[in-house]
Amino acid sequence: MKKSIFLGTLAVAGLAAGLASAQTMADVQARGTLKCGSNEGLAGFAAPDANGNMQGFDVSLCRAIAVAVLGDAQAVEFVPLTSQTRFTALAAGEVDVLVRNSTWTFSRDTDLKLDFVGVNYYDGQGFMVRKDLGVSSARELDGATVCIQTGTTTELNLADFFRVNGISYEPVPVATNAEGQQQYLAGACDVYTTDVSGLAATRATFENAGDHVILPEIVSKEPLGPVVRHGDNAWGDIVRWTLNAMIAAEEYGVTSANVAEMAAAPTMNPEINRLLGTEGELGAMIGLSKDWAVQVISAVGNYGEVFEAHIGENTPVGLARGLNAQWTNGGLLYSPPFR
Amino acid sequence: MTNQSSVAFVRRDIIPPAPPPPGQAGVLKWMRENLFSSVTNTLLTILSIYFIWSILAAIMPWTLNGVWVAGSLTECREIRDARGLESAACWAVINERWLQLLFGFYPTDDRLLSSLFYAEPLAAAGGLEAVFGAGSNATARIEFVNAMKADLSNLTIFFFGYWRPLLAVALLVVAVAPILYASLPRRLLLFSLAYPFIGVFLFWGGSFWGPMTVALGLVAALYLGRVVAGGYGLLGGGLAAVLAFILFFLNPLGVVGHTGLFPLFPHVKGVLDSVMPLGLPAIPSDQFGGFMLAIIIGTAGIVLSLPIGILLALGRQSTMPFIRWVCVTFIEVIRGVPLIVWLFVASTLLKYFLPPGSSFDALLRVIILVTLFASAYIAEVVRGGLAALPKGQYEAADSLGLDYWKSMQLIVLPQALKISIPGIVNTFIGLFKDTTLVVFVGLRDPLGLTNAIRATGEWNGIYWELYIFVALLFFTFCFFMSRYSMYLERKLQTDRR
Repeated sequence: MKKSIFLGTLAVAGLAAGLASAQTMADVQARGTLKCGSNEGLAGFAAPDANGNMQGFDVSLCRAIAVAVLGDAQAVEFVPLTSQTRFTALAAGEVDVLVRNSTWTFSRDTDLKLDFVGVNYYDGQGFMVRKDLGVSSARELDGATVCIQTGTTTELNLADFFRVNGISYEPVPVATNAEGQQQYLAGACDVYTTDVSGLAATRATFENAGDHVILPEIVSKEPLGPVVRHGDNAWGDIVRWTLNAMIAAEEYGVTSANVAEMAAAPTMNPEINRLLGTEGELGAMIGLSKDWAVQVISAVGNYGEVFEAHIGENTPVGLARGLNAQWTNGGLLYSPPFR
Repeated sequence: MTNQSSVAFVRRDIIPPAPPPPGQAGVLKWMRENLFSSVTNTLLTILSIYFIWSILAAIMPWTLNGVWVAGSLTECREIRDARGLESAACWAVINERWLQLLFGFYPTDDRLLSSLFYAEPLAAAGGLEAVFGAGSNATARIEFVNAMKADLSNLTIFFFGYWRPLLAVALLVVAVAPILYASLPRRLLLFSLAYPFIGVFLFWGGSFWGPMTVALGLVAALYLGRVVAGGYGLLGGGLAAVLAFILFFLNPLGVVGHTGLFPLFPHVKGVLDSVMPLGLPAIPSDQFGGFMLAIIIGTAGIVLSLPIGILLALGRQSTMPFIRWVCVTFIEVIRGVPLIVWLFVASTLLKYFLPPGSSFDALLRVIILVTLFASAYIAEVVRGGLAALPKGQYEAADSLGLDYWKSMQLIVLPQALKISIPGIVNTFIGLFKDTTLVVFVGLRDPLGLTNAIRATGEWNGIYWELYIFVALLFFTFCFFMSRYSMYLERKLQTDRR
């Protein structure tokens, strides 16, 4: 996704990671709200409605964490962060957790002294072209003009892809997704490239969405996930297992509609029982209440419900599950066992 | 034949002035002289008219046929197609979100709104305390508020939900008026002095006694300074004022590890709070946004940067090398680095230089750096005014026996500032527009909000309407400033030129 090359802040971010306190959980509980670093606005992932309440796929994960820790889905303070300021803000302790469609990469995980605790969306870079161009594969794009956001990993991926395939292109640099959309629609470029989720959201806003196709090639891996600071593993565990609980709940068919009923008495499936706290003491192991997962699922829903509500095929963004299906359905979502 | 009749004709009265021949007066004359005076000009006129007409023909139908009531961009397009129009603006997004563009996520006064306009459902939900009290359920409260806002019109929410920022802005106009227009009574200036504290209280809320005690402390320090200055001279008075300020707001005993006694500020505030608890719900600055944010940052920057800038300009001209060096360094460093870098410093780096655990309001950080940035520019503009003044004016002031401050105050600055007015206003307009840069440090300025609005499913893909609205807001303000500067120049045009 977006990678800012803002070396100064990165260096300082590294310095500051040593200061990170290992008591985020206590801080959050004392404050009574969770500070969640979020996108200023990305269709389907984080956006304010007419009354200023944040909605979206990433936002739901923030709310789930708030339910797990504080028992209240509204006890979240959303701190809007740009792609330039997000990691510094996390390192400096201005947010407790960053859920801002950030790609998990080696250097971010290690050099920036951050911890990616999971993946809530598997994305990848793709290409969109006008249908009347008659192109069916990205390999046929020799000599095309490409609208590309500068300073992002997508820019580097694009150069790699065209070099590997021995074809040429002419970049048309744009600063933001909004500008990219306008340039592409105005015909300044033949191809618009960014993450497939972004392309789908963009395409959905076009007047004649049918005139545009997203090519089948996915040229990069963009696993997006929640990020916490190095050095507070207890807090990282809470975020990781909140996400896993939502994924596992979908796998076992626990939804916000039936969770109360399933948690009322132990079911036939011991894994569900451990997840919902009717068997074992899993909640206490990460410092949460026994029924934390029940609260999360009844307040926010399981992974599939959140997906369908914000970015699924019935929403304007209209994404198919694809890689983000459960492993049992040929996707990559695979929660470790609750045991 | 009488003598009279021997004269053929004598005119008794003056001929009334005849109207000029056709084509030599009014619109026709003006047009002939200005638009069609020669073949080239006629051709140019026709070309220009065609040019303007083709632009308007492209824009006006789109603007005037705009759709005002719709729930989403798709609905807008459906309505447009149903009307058989080729293109139409989707003003519905402004209609739905203008409050958000003006105020960002600044919370509305839901208690007032619900008790005035939504009394029955409020009673059904259990009354004010059950919905908004300390023990209330946050999710239920937000659902209640959403339902209420869906029911009320935006205008009602504007006037009653946002009464605090509205009142603050209205009072700001009252406070600024006596400064801008000399014909108003001078006593109003007292209110202008008090306004910063009233404004802070209305915008941020919290205890009424917080800003009140700060004002009290400042007044007490100044008063003490004046009293002491009467007995022990200017230096003694200044020292006494500074000492009083330190004791009131800082903890000088902190160096030896003693806390509790000083600063006096929290003690006074605590006593006042316990005697008469008075206040509004506190609103943290990260909930500020929209055009209100531009007004707050812009006004604070403008008001604070002018005096600082004048002092810096005087310091740069000073004959005392230390003061001159400090001022030159400050101006060159601040001016030599882009504002956006300073904003990044304010939003991220500053945190590392402050003691750990201290949290410093993000908006305040931005206001401070914007002020410093603008004052460096103002300093250079004022220096231009000072340099334009003939040397004789300085010498005249000296020959009258005035000391430095008096000569600056009475002779030099009034003339120098008058020369600098266009430059100063130019800097202010630039500063006001630069407030949109705070979008890069995560504050929700109007442009950032257009992005956030576009991120919702309903309005994704809408551009021009939002940008035009924001542009109009800024244009109104900047146009007013520019007109005011022209008025001021006309009024002060008493010089030798």
